[in-house]
Amino acid sequence: MSTPLLQARDLHVEFSSRGRRARAVDGVNLAVGEGEIVALVGESGCGKTTLARTLLGLERPTSGTVLYGGQPLTYTSKALKAYRREAQLVLQDPTGSLNPRHTVYEAVAEGPRIHGMANEEQVVAEALSRAGLRPPERFFLRYPHELSGGQRQRVVIAGALALNPRMLVADEPVASLDASVRGEILALLLKLREELGLSALVVTHDLGLAWNIADRVAVMYLGRIVESGPVEEVLKEPKHPYTQALLSVLPESPERVVLSGEPPDPTRIPGGCRFHARCQVLASGAAALAGVDSRCRSELLEVLPAVPEAQAACYYADTMAADEAVVR
Amino acid sequence: MSAVTWARRRSALARFWQQYRRQRAGVVGAVVLLVFVVLAVITPLITDRTGMDVTKATGDKMAPPSLEFLLGTDESGRSILLMILWGSRVSLLIGFLSALLSMVIGTVVGIAAGHFRGWASATLMRITDWFLVLPSLVLALVLSAILGGSTSTIILAIGITSWASTARLIRAQTLAVEARPYIERSKALGAGHWHVMTRHVLPNVAPLVLANTTLQVASAIVAESTLAFLGADSGQASWGQLLRGSYDWGAATAGAWWYILAPGLCIVAVVLAFTLCGRAMEAVLNPRLRGVSR
Amino acid sequence: MNLLSLEDVSVTYTIASGEVPAVRDVSLTLDPGEALGIAGESGSGKSTLAMALLRLLPRDARVEGRIVLDGEDILAMKWGRLRAVRWAEASIVFQGAQHGLNPVRRIGEQIAEPLLVHGLAQPAQARTRVAELLEQVGLPAWRSRSYPHELSGGQRQRVMIAMALACSPRLIIADEPTTALDVMVQAQVLSLIKDLIASHGISLIMISHDLSVLADMCDRLAVMYAGRVVENGPSHEVFHAARHPYSGALAAAFPTVGDPVSRMAPKGLGGDPPDPMDLPSGCSFHPRCPVALDLCSSLDVELWPAGREGEGPHTAACVHVRPDLKAGADELGSPATETGADELASPDAETGGDDPAAPSPDSERGQGRGEVVAAASLETAARDERAKETS
Repeated sequence: MSTPLLQARDLHVEFSSRGRRARAVDGVNLAVGEGEIVALVGESGCGKTTLARTLLGLERPTSGTVLYGGQPLTYTSKALKAYRREAQLVLQDPTGSLNPRHTVYEAVAEGPRIHGMANEEQVVAEALSRAGLRPPERFFLRYPHELSGGQRQRVVIAGALALNPRMLVADEPVASLDASVRGEILALLLKLREELGLSALVVTHDLGLAWNIADRVAVMYLGRIVESGPVEEVLKEPKHPYTQALLSVLPESPERVVLSGEPPDPTRIPGGCRFHARCQVLASGAAALAGVDSRCRSELLEVLPAVPEAQAACYYADTMAADEAVVR
Repeated sequence: MSAVTWARRRSALARFWQQYRRQRAGVVGAVVLLVFVVLAVITPLITDRTGMDVTKATGDKMAPPSLEFLLGTDESGRSILLMILWGSRVSLLIGFLSALLSMVIGTVVGIAAGHFRGWASATLMRITDWFLVLPSLVLALVLSAILGGSTSTIILAIGITSWASTARLIRAQTLAVEARPYIERSKALGAGHWHVMTRHVLPNVAPLVLANTTLQVASAIVAESTLAFLGADSGQASWGQLLRGSYDWGAATAGAWWYILAPGLCIVAVVLAFTLCGRAMEAVLNPRLRGVSR
Repeated sequence: MNLLSLEDVSVTYTIASGEVPAVRDVSLTLDPGEALGIAGESGSGKSTLAMALLRLLPRDARVEGRIVLDGEDILAMKWGRLRAVRWAEASIVFQGAQHGLNPVRRIGEQIAEPLLVHGLAQPAQARTRVAELLEQVGLPAWRSRSYPHELSGGQRQRVMIAMALACSPRLIIADEPTTALDVMVQAQVLSLIKDLIASHGISLIMISHDLSVLADMCDRLAVMYAGRVVENGPSHEVFHAARHPYSGALAAAFPTVGDPVSRMAPKGLGGDPPDPMDLPSGCSFHPRCPVALDLCSSLDVELWPAGREGEGPHTAACVHVRPDLKAGADELGSPATETGADELASPDAETGGDDPAAPSPDSERGQGRGEVVAAASLETAARDERAKETS
C-alpha cells in the first residue's frame, strides 16, 4: 500500500473539564488515502470533532502523531501555515462559518490573501465556479445573509478550494442544511474528488451520508475507533454491536436495537471494552454463551490499526469470526 | 466593483441613520452637540480673542447679564459669554482627544486580552483590574502634577486613567466573537493572530467602540472640569477653569449666579448630549440591545 | 368524525415591506388516533401551520379559514376557552427542549403547573400524577426534584413530552421533536412517542424536514412547499411512490443504507426555496422541478386524486397526475423550452412516478426547442384552462 495522504498514529487528545480529565481522543489509528473519502461516524461527545481538529493541526495531540504525506506534522506557525494549503476545513454551520460583515468575495479571498497568492480575483472566481456558484461574478458582492443555506455552504467550500488543497476535512457538512440541498452538497464533494482528486474526511453522525459518498467508514465510540472498513462491508454487515445498533435505529430498518442509557462521557471511560455498559450483545447473554463476557468487562482491547480492510474492536465479533473460519 | 461597495456602505449608513432617527433622545443630543461644536469651531471667526486678556477687559467687575454682556462679566470685567465660547474649544478638545486615547488603549488591551489565552490574557486583565479599582481622579491629579500643566498632559492623564472599563467591555465582546465558527474557519485557512484580530474581531467590536467612545467623551469633559476645579488645569481657559474662577472669587456669596451657572449648565448640557448620543448609538449598534429601547 | 379539520387555512404575516403568505389554502383532516406527518423545508410554512392550529402565532400573523377541533372552531374561540383547549385537548412539543423549560424551577413543578392552573388536581394528587407521568416517559420519579440543567438533552425532551401529556390531551403536535438530538437519543424519544400515542389513543401531528422519520412514525403524510400542501397520502405511498416531484426529491434526500441505487449517488434538488413574497407564476415548484412542462409556469394545479386503487386517499398537486391537462398540452406540441427544465431534467430524476402516459422530458424537449410562438400560445391556452377551473 502506498503512503496514505493523512494519517493518525496512536493519537491521544486530553482536556481537563471541570477538574476532570476528559480523554476525547483515546488512541486512534486512521488513514485517508489519496483521492479517498472516509466517513468518521459517531454520536456527539465521541471525540470525532476533536479528532478532525487534531488532524488539521488546530489542536495539539497529547501524544501520538499526525502524519501528512508520511511526514509528521510540525507545530511551528510557519509549518502549520504551509499545511493549511494542503488540508482545509468545512464546518457544519455555514451561517456561522461566514463573517456576516464580509462579502462572498472577501470570504473566499481570505485564504489567498493570508497566503499572499497571486491573481486573487481569478483564484476566487475559479473557486466559486468549482463550488457550483456560477457565474462567480454574480456572487462577488453578495453578503451571506442574502444567500440560501446551500449557497452559503458552497461559499465555505469555495473558500477552502481557493487554497488548492489536496484534502478536505468536513465536520457535519450537511447537518444544518435543508433536505433537498443536502444531496447537492454531497454530490459536490464527490465531483471535487473526481475533478481534482481531492481526498476528504467527512465527520458525521449520519450513516446515510457515509453510504452516499464515502469509500470507507470508521465508527467512533468514546474516543476510539471501534469498527472500520469499506462502506459496503461495514454498513451491510456490521460486526461491532455499536455499529449494529446505530444502523438499526435508522428509519425503515426491520429490527431496532435502541440502546438505553446516556450518551458516553469522556471523563468516565469504563474499563474493559468501553462499550460494555451499553452493549446489547453482552446484555442479551450472547457474549456469555460465547464465553467472552468476563473479557468484555475487564480486559482492555487493542487499538485497531490503520488498515483498509474491515475490522472491529470486539471480543464477541472476534470469536464469531474465528468460529466461522473453523466451520469453513 | 468599488462603486457597488460604496453604494452598499451608503445604504448601510442610511439604515443606521433611519434607526438612529427613531431614538428621539439621541436626535436631541446630536442637535445640541452640533450647536456646541459649530460654535466652538467658528468662535475665532466671530469673536476677538483680545477680550480674554485681563488687561484689556472692557466691562465692570462682576456685572450681571446685560445687552452688552449677555452672560455678565467676571471679576476682571471680561465677558462670560466670550470665555464660555473660547473655553468650549479647550473643553471639547480635551474631551475628544482623551476619549480617543482611552478608547485606543482600551480597545487594544481588550482585544488582546480576549484573543490570547493563558498568561498574556491574565496579565492584561490584572493590569486592567488594577486601573479599574484605582481612584482614577487621584491618579490623574498626581499625573498632571508630575507632568506639569498643559493641554496634552491633561489629555494624557485622563486617557490613561479611564480606559479600563472600555477594555473590559471590548474583551467580553471579543470573547463572544472569538467563539463564532468563522474564527475557526479563518484559523484553518492559515490566519495568524494579527489577521484574526484586525479582520474579524475589530470590525465586529467597532460599533461598540464607537458608542462607548461617545459616552467616554462625556466623562472626559467632566474629568477635565473636575481636574481644573481642583487646580490641575491646562493653563488655558476651559469651562472647568471658569467654574474654578467663580469659586475662587466667591461668586456664590457675591450673588454672581451667572458666573457659576453659565459654565455649569454648559458642562451639563454637553455631557448630557454626549450621553444621549452614546446611548442611542448603543441601542442601534449593539445587537443585544437592538429593539430594546425605542 | 374527524378530530381536527382544517379548511382553506391561510396565514399571512404583515411586515414592513408587505404581506408574506406563509401558509396558503391548506385543507387537512385528522382522525382520532391517527398520526399525521407534515414535511417540508425551512420556510415551507409547516411550523407556522402548527402554531396556527392553537393560535400561538404572533399578532402580525393573520389566520384565515376554519380550524375545527372536536367540533369547535379554534379561530372563533374566546380566550379562556382557547387556554383550556391548549392544554386539555391539544398540546404542543417544541423542538428546542433547552428553551422550553424554565431553568430556575424544578421540573416537577413545571409538569404539575397545567394541572393546578386548570384545576384538574389538588397539589397532592398533582404530585402523584407527576410521578406517574415521569414514569411513562421513562424517567425515575425522583427526577421531579431536578432542575432542567441537571438533565441531558434527551431527558429534557422526555420532560417536555410529560408536560404535553399532563392533561391527557387528545392531540399532540410535535414540532421537530428530535432535531438537535443524537441518533440514539432520537430513536429513544421517537419510540417513546410512538408507544405513548398508541397506548393512550392520542392523535399526533408531527412536523419535520426528515421524510424518512415521518414515514416511520405516521400513518399519513402531507408534504408542504411554499406554504401549500403539494401531496397528501398514506405514508409509505408518499415515501416510496411519491406522485409530486418535490416529495420524491425529499424522500430521495435520505438514502436507505444498503440500497445500491443511492450508493455514491447523493440525490438533491437544484435551486432554492422561493421567496414567499415573490412566488413563481403557475406551480410554485416549477423552477426547481426536474420534470416541469412548459405549461407549469402558468398553470397551478390543485390537489388531485393520485392514489392507487384500494389504497387510502392520496392527492398530489402536479400536472403529471392530471392526464387531462397534459393531453391538452401535448396537442399543442408542448415544447419544453425552459432552460431551467433543460438543466434539471435527467431520466433518472423522473421521480414524478409511474405514470406510463407521462412522456419523458427528453423526448418532449426534442420536439420543438425554441419555439417561442408555440410556447406563448400554450401559455394562453393554459390560462384559459385555469380560468375555466376556477369559475
